Amino acid sequence: MNIVPEITRKSITDLINNQERADGRSLNDYREISLETDVISKAEGSARVKIGNTQIVVGTKSQLGDPFPDTPKVGVIITNSELLPMAAPEFESGPPDEHSVELSRVVDRCIRESRMVDLEKLCIIEGKKVRMVFIDLHILDYDGNLFDAAVLGAVAALLTTKIPKITLEGSEIVIDAENKESLPIRDKALMCTFAKIGDNMILDPSIDEEEILSARLSIGMTESGKICAMQKGGATPLTKEEIMSAVKLTEEKTKVLMEYLP
Amino acid sequence: MIIILTEGTNLGTKSRDDGRAFDELRPLTIEAGVLERADGSAYLEFGGNKVLVAVYGPKESFIRRFQRPDRAYIRCRYNMAPFSVDDRKRPGPDRRSVEISKITAEALQPAILLEKYPRSVIEIFIEVLEAEGGTRCAGITAASVALADAGIPMRDMVVACASGKVNDEVVLDLSEVEDKDGQADVPVAIMPRSGKITLLQSDGSLTPEEFEKAVDLAVEGCQSISKVQKEALKNRYGE
Repeated sequence: MNIVPEITRKSITDLINNQERADGRSLNDYREISLETDVISKAEGSARVKIGNTQIVVGTKSQLGDPFPDTPKVGVIITNSELLPMAAPEFESGPPDEHSVELSRVVDRCIRESRMVDLEKLCIIEGKKVRMVFIDLHILDYDGNLFDAAVLGAVAALLTTKIPKITLEGSEIVIDAENKESLPIRDKALMCTFAKIGDNMILDPSIDEEEILSARLSIGMTESGKICAMQKGGATPLTKEEIMSAVKLTEEKTKVLMEYLP
Repeated sequence: MIIILTEGTNLGTKSRDDGRAFDELRPLTIEAGVLERADGSAYLEFGGNKVLVAVYGPKESFIRRFQRPDRAYIRCRYNMAPFSVDDRKRPGPDRRSVEISKITAEALQPAILLEKYPRSVIEIFIEVLEAEGGTRCAGITAASVALADAGIPMRDMVVACASGKVNDEVVLDLSEVEDKDGQADVPVAIMPRSGKITLLQSDGSLTPEEFEKAVDLAVEGCQSISKVQKEALKNRYGE
């Protein structure tokens, strides 16, 4: 975390207390969003997402692997994120730090708990072989609100993922790389992130707002309106009213975000 | 911005895997200044390669043992995205990327006026988003544009291109298939104004005559790519 000059903190807070923001948005607006899919031909599914100047490329790849002993009948989704040192001066190369781990775990939770992908259909031989789908989040430019961008990109990449058809002939696993099929998708989920600054909750914090926020709340919601993941951040408490109004706004805003999906 | 380079002369050449002439480059586009946070950046597409480079600095070096009292040092990191190759690559550095990072820094160093920034570091981050043969050359070419975009004073640009031997013939700019099935691969980087060579590797078997031909061909390729680098900077900053 960078040290923020008191004058910057005060000017951003004063604006927000006045229902305004430095970039002219209202408190409940996203910055400009763009989403492209199939941007990496070597990936099985891919997306490039931009929210404001935050930019992420997501790629998916599948391979065969062993199921976890406690869930022998279901496939595996593994989400991994790299906060690349190119994305911000404060990011360092090396193994994932706590921010990177939190990001990939929250994205993973949003996708897993929404039961978006029918993991049982990814099972090839019960207890022996399942498909493993890797979601790799490549953070290229960090200008605030990685969570919403990462979930949007990951879901778009999953929706466009084409995996090789696999059939069983006796005990032989036949991988047909020529014939591709989509993942078994049941639902979609997206995430909205709020920051508490001053007395207000604002949507989609920019980098300057993220650096001074007192609390952060990310809410994942499915297309059908079910809450599938939440994550509070920041060392300041929130009231129940603040949380419930954020939930209400998420219902509205995820519908808008859904329209960007392929 | 899309620029398709020289169609090639196609005089008495055997056909290549993708139908190119022996001295024909793959389509190349470079865009400068594509990232918000980085001090300088460039995005390059070269055939199926997609490479993004960010430059930070010159800034104070916090790692004391790398600090030089009389000049800046370059920290370079070449990294491949897990989804950039056919089989998912495990994240993090491996022996190949460590070697490429080192030779890339050394290829770029002679062009940069490091003596202007004692005790500083210039960081170069090369991300291969998609790989299709020749990523180290693509990385160097893009890094040079990103350095210029960051406003770092340089004697010259650095531009890289590989040649090699495929089906007993010396050809320019090997694709992924040609690199795998070919007999030799010679990546070369030059400073285009002086023509001096700042990176040279050779992997495979060549006679001295073939090697000379390969170097000449690669230098020619570098000179064409150099024009695209200049265009990218002009597009960003005007004439």
